[in-house]
Amino acid sequence: MLDKNGIAQRIAQELRDGWYVNLGIGIPTLVANYIPKGITVEFQSENGILGMGPFPFEGEEDADLINAGKQTVTLQPGASIFDSSTSFAMIRGQHVQLTVLGAMEVAQNGDIANWKIPGVMVKGMGGAMDLVASAENIIVAMMHTNKKGESKLLEKCTLPLTGVGCVTKVVTNMAYLEIKDGAFHLKERAPGVSVEEIKAATAGKLIIEGDIPEMKL
Amino acid sequence: MAINKVVKNAEEAIKGIENGMTLMFGGFGLCGIPENCIAELVKSNIKELTCISNNAGVDDFGLGLLLQKKQIKKMISSYVGENDEFERQMLSGELEVDLIPQGSLAERCRAGGAGIPAFFTPAGYGTEVAEGKEVREFNGKPHILEAALTADFAIVKAWKGDTAGNLVFKYTALNFNHVMATAGKITIAEVEELVPEGELDPNHIHTPGIFVQRIFQGKDYEKRIEQRTTRSRS
Repeated sequence: MLDKNGIAQRIAQELRDGWYVNLGIGIPTLVANYIPKGITVEFQSENGILGMGPFPFEGEEDADLINAGKQTVTLQPGASIFDSSTSFAMIRGQHVQLTVLGAMEVAQNGDIANWKIPGVMVKGMGGAMDLVASAENIIVAMMHTNKKGESKLLEKCTLPLTGVGCVTKVVTNMAYLEIKDGAFHLKERAPGVSVEEIKAATAGKLIIEGDIPEMKL
Repeated sequence: MAINKVVKNAEEAIKGIENGMTLMFGGFGLCGIPENCIAELVKSNIKELTCISNNAGVDDFGLGLLLQKKQIKKMISSYVGENDEFERQMLSGELEVDLIPQGSLAERCRAGGAGIPAFFTPAGYGTEVAEGKEVREFNGKPHILEAALTADFAIVKAWKGDTAGNLVFKYTALNFNHVMATAGKITIAEVEELVPEGELDPNHIHTPGIFVQRIFQGKDYEKRIEQRTTRSRS
C-alpha cells in the first residue's frame, strides 16, 4: 500500500523531459518532490506562474508570490508571471502537457467529481473544470477508497461532475490504472497489494489482463 | 502630458458607488486585493452589492469584511473555500452565489473589457455549470456559451502606478487585477507607490492607463499571507 508520497512518486515517473505541468492541491503538489533525474519540467500554477519553485526559506516569504493553493512559493530561474486570462489560455489552448489533480470520485468512462458535496461542502471548482475540460493528459491522484471504505472508482459518479470523459490515468494507494473504452484497466499493483484486494476495492468495471506487475518506486 | 487620473484617497476613489451596483475586485485569495477600497466600502455601509471576485476573502479580511456586515447580495466567484461566514450565508440562502470555473471567470472579464459579448469554452460542459447554456460542437468537441462580464466599478490593486493610470504589478498579485481593470465602466486602481508620469518604463506596463479612471496611493497595506509555507535551510 502506498502513502501519499508514494502515490506522488509513482506519478512523477510519468513526467517527460520538456513538459509543462499543472499540479493540483494536495497529493499532486508532492509530485514536484520526485522529478526523475535528468529531465526538466516546468510547473504551472494557474494564478499566474510558469517555473514555480519550492517553498521559500523561512523569513523570505513574499505575500505577493503564492501558488494556486495560496501557499508562499519561489520562482525558478527562467520563470514568468502572467495574468489569469493568459494563464487559462495556456491551459485551454493545450500548451500544458500534463495535469495532475485529486478527486472524490472517478468513473470508468473518465468522468471526474472533485468540487462539491451538495449541502455539505460548497467551496467552488476553482480552475479544475477548465483544466479537465482541455488537458489531454489528466492523471488523478487519490486514495482508492473514501473514509467509509467505499470505492472511489465507480461505474458512474454520484457527486456533481467536474468534467466528463477526461481522466486518462488514476494512481491510488493500491494501484496504477488506465481508463479507456469505458473501463479501468489495471496496470500495476502497489507494493504488497494483491489483485484480489484491488478488485474488491473497485466498484467500476475493472479489466485485468495477464500478470499485473508490482510498481517499481 | 498624459491625462491625470489621480484622486486623493480611497474615500474619494469610491465616490459614485451606490447600493445595488456590480463591483469587480482584483486579487487571488488575499494576494493583490484592494485593501484600502475594501476598508472604505465597509465604512460606507453601501449594500446590496453584487461582487465579482475569484475568492471571497477570509472571515476577517478581504471581502469577508463586507460579508460580515451583510453588504453583499450576490457573489460571483470560482472558489470560496476559506470563509465560514460565506458558507453559512450561502447554505442559509441569505447570499446568492454564482460559482464559475476560474478560467471562464477570467475570460468573461477579458471579453467584457474587450467588447466581445460571449464566447464558447469546453470548461463546464456536462456539469451543472452548463445548465441553461447553449451548447455547440467545434472540432467534434462540445462547448458552452459564456457571456462577458462587466462592472459598474472595477477595483484593482497594483504595485506601482503613475498619474496617467498605467499599472505595474508585483509577481502573482497580477492575477485577476489586469482583466478586471479592463472590464469596469469606472476602474479604480490603488497602488503601493504612485509615481509621476514618465517614471514607469513604457516597455514594462502591465495595464495601460486607458483602462483606469481613478488612481491613488494606498496606505498601511497588511498583505496578509493565507498559507505561510517555508522550507528549512538545513
